[in-house]
Amino acid sequence: MEFWRVPLDAHEIEVTKGIVYIIEDRCKGCGYCIEFCPRQVLEFSPGFNVKGYHPPAAVKPKECVNCHYCEIICPEFAIYSVEAPFSDQPAGVLP
Amino acid sequence: MIETASRIKQPEHPLDDLLRTDRIPHIWCPGCGIGTVFSSCLIAMKNSGLNLQKMAMVSGIGCSGRAAGYVAMDSFHTTHGRAIPFATGLKLGNPELNVVVFSGDGDLFAIGGNHFIHAARRNMDLTVICVNNLNYGMTGGQMAATTPHLAKTTTTPMGNPEAPFNLPLLAYAAGATYISRWTILHTRDLTRSIDTALKRKGFSFIEVLSPCPVNYGRRNKEKAFDSLKLYQDKGIIKNGANPSEIEMDFEKGITLGDFLDVDRPTCIEQYDKTCRLI
Ligand code: SF4
Ligand code: SF4
Ligand code: SF4
Repeated sequence: MEFWRVPLDAHEIEVTKGIVYIIEDRCKGCGYCIEFCPRQVLEFSPGFNVKGYHPPAAVKPKECVNCHYCEIICPEFAIYSVEAPFSDQPAGVLP
Repeated sequence: MIETASRIKQPEHPLDDLLRTDRIPHIWCPGCGIGTVFSSCLIAMKNSGLNLQKMAMVSGIGCSGRAAGYVAMDSFHTTHGRAIPFATGLKLGNPELNVVVFSGDGDLFAIGGNHFIHAARRNMDLTVICVNNLNYGMTGGQMAATTPHLAKTTTTPMGNPEAPFNLPLLAYAAGATYISRWTILHTRDLTRSIDTALKRKGFSFIEVLSPCPVNYGRRNKEKAFDSLKLYQDKGIIKNGANPSEIEMDFEKGITLGDFLDVDRPTCIEQYDKTCRLI
């Protein structure tokens, strides 16, 4: 994340890591999760789902901070995040 | 190659236990905001710690009215405009129930407008969530009682000549004891407001502005993202604002926030005190 001024305690703050999951066939391609993810984790995938929409894909899965914003703004119950098992574990990889 | 986390064996969606998953994907159009309001409502219910066996959802007719059919708890899809009277009946018959009305602006304020004002006047113990998409979406985008002045709909091709309702002000004048307005962009505030409403007694009203890109948006050159941008640019959060000064004007600004939370005896309390003397 880019800061205009780095907070003094930035190095002490432990940022939660998340794993973002996508249920591709529920997605209707509105793009809300992609647009409003604070860490730009998501992009439209080039492939189609069963309904012919482009679901999102996690292009920067390690950046996910488990904020659940995609989960709550998605009108389709198609995306959600869970806390990564270890905070130093890169997101998207299970131990 | 794109790395997807989804290849790993997925846990279930955290709301799947509250959804009739065999009916998902739902019928709402791509970019429609109703699903977001519904999801916010389910998250608030789930995290409230309240007994979901003692909760019921009632909807009327219209796009938003479909919600009752997707929730895996006691729910009731009623006739047009009559969600509030059915909900009132449920509550009077079983006062232990926590009754949530989830419906649209057309259902609650046009055909059901009279029921709304009287339930608010009586301070019926209900949580009413109104998805306001500014038109009649399901029937093809006709003008509604909430359509902004000059907005185009199928029945106002030259622009709406009338003035719309300002819903929180109407709720306030009628006697509601909890009033909020949010948009689907303010999902966290919305979830918190629904949580507060579920846990308090009395008539709670929450309006949620939500895009209808297919009908309202298309005729007003407003894509789903344009609506969200409008909410972001024109939304002014003023918690505790005086309901008579709340704006609903897409040019000047839309006042958002928790406007009112006051205590007043509920309909059932007043009835018991007055008519059940022994
Ligand atoms: S949980 Fe937050 S950071 Fe992770 S993908 Fe969703 S919106 Fe982005
Ligand atoms: S918000 Fe949901 S429906 Fe919209 S693109 Fe993302 S996953 Fe798909
Ligand atoms: S018609 Fe409008 S309100 Fe109804 S589901 Fe479609 S976008 Fe949503």
